[in-house]
Formats: sequence, C-alpha cells, structure tokens
Amino acid sequence: MTDWINVIFQGVLVGGLYAMFAAGLSLIFGVMRLVNIAHGDLIVLAAYLALVTTATLGIGPLVSLLVVVPLMAAIGYALQRLLLNRTLGDDLLPPLLVTFGLSVIIQNALLTVFTADSLKLQAGAIEQATYRLFDGVYVGLLPLLQFVVAVAVIGALQFVFYRTALGRAFRATADNQAVAQLMGLDNRHVFALAMALSLAVVAIAGVFLAIRANFDPSIGPARLIFGFEAVIIGGLGSLWGTLVGGLVLGVAQAIGAHLDPGWQLLAGHIAFLLILAVRPEGLFPRIRT
Amino acid sequence: MVLSVVALAALAAAPLWGGRDDLQLLSQIYAYIALASLWNLLAGYAGLVSVGQQAYVGLGAYILFAFVILAGMSPLWAIPLAGIIAAFAAVSVAGLVFRLRGHYFAIGTWIIAEVFRLLASQVSVLGGGSGISLPAALVVAIAPSRQWRDFLEYWIALALVVAVLALIVLLLRSRYGLALKAIRDSELAAACSGVDVMRAKVLVYVVTAFATATVGAFIFLQRLRISPDAAFSVNDWTAFVIFITVIGGIGRIEGPIVGTVVFFALRQTLADLGTIYLLMLGAVAIVIMLAAPKGIWGLIVERFGWQVFPLERSVVVKGAPAAKAPGEP
Repeated sequence: MTDWINVIFQGVLVGGLYAMFAAGLSLIFGVMRLVNIAHGDLIVLAAYLALVTTATLGIGPLVSLLVVVPLMAAIGYALQRLLLNRTLGDDLLPPLLVTFGLSVIIQNALLTVFTADSLKLQAGAIEQATYRLFDGVYVGLLPLLQFVVAVAVIGALQFVFYRTALGRAFRATADNQAVAQLMGLDNRHVFALAMALSLAVVAIAGVFLAIRANFDPSIGPARLIFGFEAVIIGGLGSLWGTLVGGLVLGVAQAIGAHLDPGWQLLAGHIAFLLILAVRPEGLFPRIRT
Repeated sequence: MVLSVVALAALAAAPLWGGRDDLQLLSQIYAYIALASLWNLLAGYAGLVSVGQQAYVGLGAYILFAFVILAGMSPLWAIPLAGIIAAFAAVSVAGLVFRLRGHYFAIGTWIIAEVFRLLASQVSVLGGGSGISLPAALVVAIAPSRQWRDFLEYWIALALVVAVLALIVLLLRSRYGLALKAIRDSELAAACSGVDVMRAKVLVYVVTAFATATVGAFIFLQRLRISPDAAFSVNDWTAFVIFITVIGGIGRIEGPIVGTVVFFALRQTLADLGTIYLLMLGAVAIVIMLAAPKGIWGLIVERFGWQVFPLERSVVVKGAPAAKAPGEP
C-alpha cells in the first residue's frame, strides 16, 4: 500500500514539471492561437543555457535562473517580433511550419555545439536531501521545491492574466485583435510580451528539468508532447486545469513505470487518449474552439 | 502529355542505363515523392496538417515484417496488405484525432505516432526496441537473381509513385477534390454548401494512411532491417517530407516532385555537413514559407503559367465564351 502511495506521490511531484511545460504553451495559444512546435526544444535550449551559465560563472543551477530567465524572455521577445509575428493570420500552416523548422534548427544547432552526449546539472547537497512523510513514503527536497515552484508559476500567471494591465492587454488581443488595436494596443508588442513571458516559464522548467534528469539535444519533442497532453487533459484556456493535467499525466506515467519500466511513456499517452475519447474538452474547459 | 509518357518510359527503362546505385537512389527519390505528395494532399488540399505521418510509414513497415517473419508470406503480397490494414487502423485513429482541430490536430497525430513507436518496441517477436532483419531466404525468393531483385524493387518503386500520383489526381478531379479545397478555404462555407465535412476529411485521411503505409512497407523491404526508432522517425518521414513540400510548393501536385529533386540534389552535395545540412534545410524552409509561401513551383507558375497536371478549375458561364484554363495553349 505505501508502495503505491509513494508512486502516486512521486507522480504528482513530476506532474508539477509537466504543468510548467504546459503553462507556457497554453499562454501563447490563449493569446495568439499559436502552437509553438519548438516549445520543447526551447526548454532544452534553456537547460543548455543554464549549463553554460553555471560553468562560466561558477554559480549553482538555482542561482543561474537569475540569468537564464531574463535571457530566455529576451529571446522570446526577439523571436516573436522578428519571426513569428510574420506568420500569424488566418492560415494555420505558416506558424506551424515555421515553428517546426525552428525546432529542427534548435535541435541541430545544440547537437553541433554540445554533441549528443547526455548531460545533467549538479545542484549539490539539495539533491540528496529527503524527508520522511510517514513510514515508507519519502519526499525529496528538490522534487518538492520543483512542485512548489510550479504551483507558484501557475499562480503568478493567473495573477498576471486576470489582475494586471498586461493581462488585460493579453485578454483583449485574444478576444479581438482589430478592436484591441483600435484601443491603442500594439499587437506586435503584446504578442512579443506574451512570448517573452512564455519563454520565461520555459526557462524555469528547463533548469529544473536539467537538475532532475539527464538531457541531450533530442529530448525536446517529447517535452512538447507532455506539455501538450497536460493542456488538453486540463482543458483549453484554464491555467489551474493545466496544473491538474500535468498531475494526471505525471501520476499515469508513474503508475505505468511501476508496473513495467517500458510502460512509463505509454501509460501517459494512454491516459491522454482516454480523456480525449471520453471528455475531449478536457477536465476544466474555459474556452471552446 | 507526350513528354510525360516519354519521360515515364525512360524511367521505366532505367535498369538498361543505370547501375545498381542509380536504381537505389531513384527508388529513394520515388518513395519521397510519394510520401511528400501524400502529405501535400492532406495539408495542402484538405487542410489537415499532420506531423504524425511517420505513424503510417512505420505501421506499414511493421505489418510487412510481421507477415514475412511470423507467417512466412512473400514480401510482395505483404506490401498491399500492409496498406489495407493500416487503412483500418486509420479509421479508428481518425475517431480520436479528429476531436482536435488545427494546430492541436497536428500534435495529436504526433502523439499517435509516438504510441505506435512505443507499442512496436514492446513486440519482442519483432525485435522489441532494438529491431530485426528480414529473413534472407524469403527476400531472395522474390526474384531469380540478385540483379532481377534490384530491377523488380525499382519497378515496384516506380509503380508506387505513379499509382500514388494517379490516385491523388483522380481524387482531386472528383467531387471530393472540389469539396476538399472548399473545406481547406473555409469549413463553414463548405458545410453550408452541402459538403459533408467530416466524411470528406476522414476519407482523405484514410486514403492517405493506406498509401503512406504501402510506401512505408516498400521502403523497409528495401532496407531489409527495421527498428522502432527508424520506422517511426519524425525527422525522416515528417520533417523532410514537410520541408520538401514547402520548398517545392504546397497545394500543387508538382510541388512535392520539384521539392524532392531539390532535396536530393542538396543532399548529394551537402550531406557531408551532417547536422549543419539539416540546420540549413530548416532555415531554407522557414525563408520560403515567409518569402514565397507557394514554393519554387508556385513561382514558376506565376512566371510562366505552366501546369503539368490539369487540376485548376475555372467557372464557365453558359452562353459566354469559355474562360481559358491557365496552362492551356
């Protein structure tokens, strides 16, 4: 019994990370109806940036967030302003193909610079610290921290979206671009800010990914898929739903892995397909498309 | 017309003028033309942008290996069978992925391909995660000598690409072709004009899956070895295919053909660059998408008005002089 409690508990903690993958994806889809296929590769890019930062500045991975988050946000702003804004319109092909191309470019650029070797960030003593909840159920400090950060990130996004002027601009542009522009908003700037915010979240997710597990340039697409599954399971447009979606996915994978190591990913996909079959609008839908 | 027949005859006679390497290269080119044309049918004509067609390449290949290895069937019979079974699989997959729209449909198809890949690596009789080779005895049995086997495989590749192109042209010239273009341009308007949108989309999805799996089965018959990562590779069977179509010209039959020729020309000259080559390919596709979204063939059509396949429709008003279709003399 404690065995299963442990499995589910670890699944929930990993689910926080998936929710962070999903939050950035959900945010830009909500604002500009763009699905960024390079999202997973940008997470991996953030992991490599953290690696370079920790190595050159001699700081810990968590401190490196102070550099990586603003850097990724700047990359996001530039990417949207210079490239992705040109793809937006009624036709859904250009944004898809351009972000797909971007994904291949990032993967191969990382491969050229860092080779295909598997790497991991060392966070020091914090990695080993564990607490005993009760007999047989333990929780690591790092997974717990990662989960708390995920909840905080979702909460912060929720706050920005519904309680600030920036969030009002996001919602207005999402509702009607033409009217938002008439009200004096510069859509190109608003979209670029949304992408900057999305990649700031990506940066946090990337750094935690890099501390938690091995990474190499090819793992991006799988992270995109996890994030996407969390968004659909949770229901489009709902940030807290996305958190729940991440948790469902994390728990499903943990249960699958416990039954048979080869079933970890498959169990997550099956959970997603089941929800799609039974409740295609997701668990907590806010918007309908 | 005469020109195409002459070209086709010259290609069919390739065993007379080409060496073994030439035949293999041409077979690969045919396979990519077929895959890219099928993706173009989905995305460029039906508006169904899939990044998961590797699901059907891999499925077709695995079905062929299963029939040959487990049932001792001749690979030649297993190729069409792979297509038919994959079409049935596509019907059930459509029930799920068609619940997602637009961009989400794209990623949904990718997840299906991932599920197929993970399932394939669980099948231990077909080599599990590390893959398996075709038994030599059964492959040798398809032709009296090695040379004739090369010829036979080459002709199968040529027949496949011709059949795929013919299938697409016939489909597009039928009522469904008009319906598909209407759906791509506006689903709502198409539905209002009496098009059964869902039916048309599922039909084209299933037909594409059938043909993609047939081509996939052939590709891996020629490779003689399969593994889940190779059979369900998103780079080989989707990224390249998308880049080929975009570079050549999406939404036109000629586009994927031109794109494949350019792709292979680049590959033959730049393949030594390895990852840099892929990086450049991605960049070229992005630039073309933004600067010339109709691709190379689109530019040619605008400049010269050429058209190899008669697919453009023009409105003919009764009693008025018929409008000239572009490309007609």
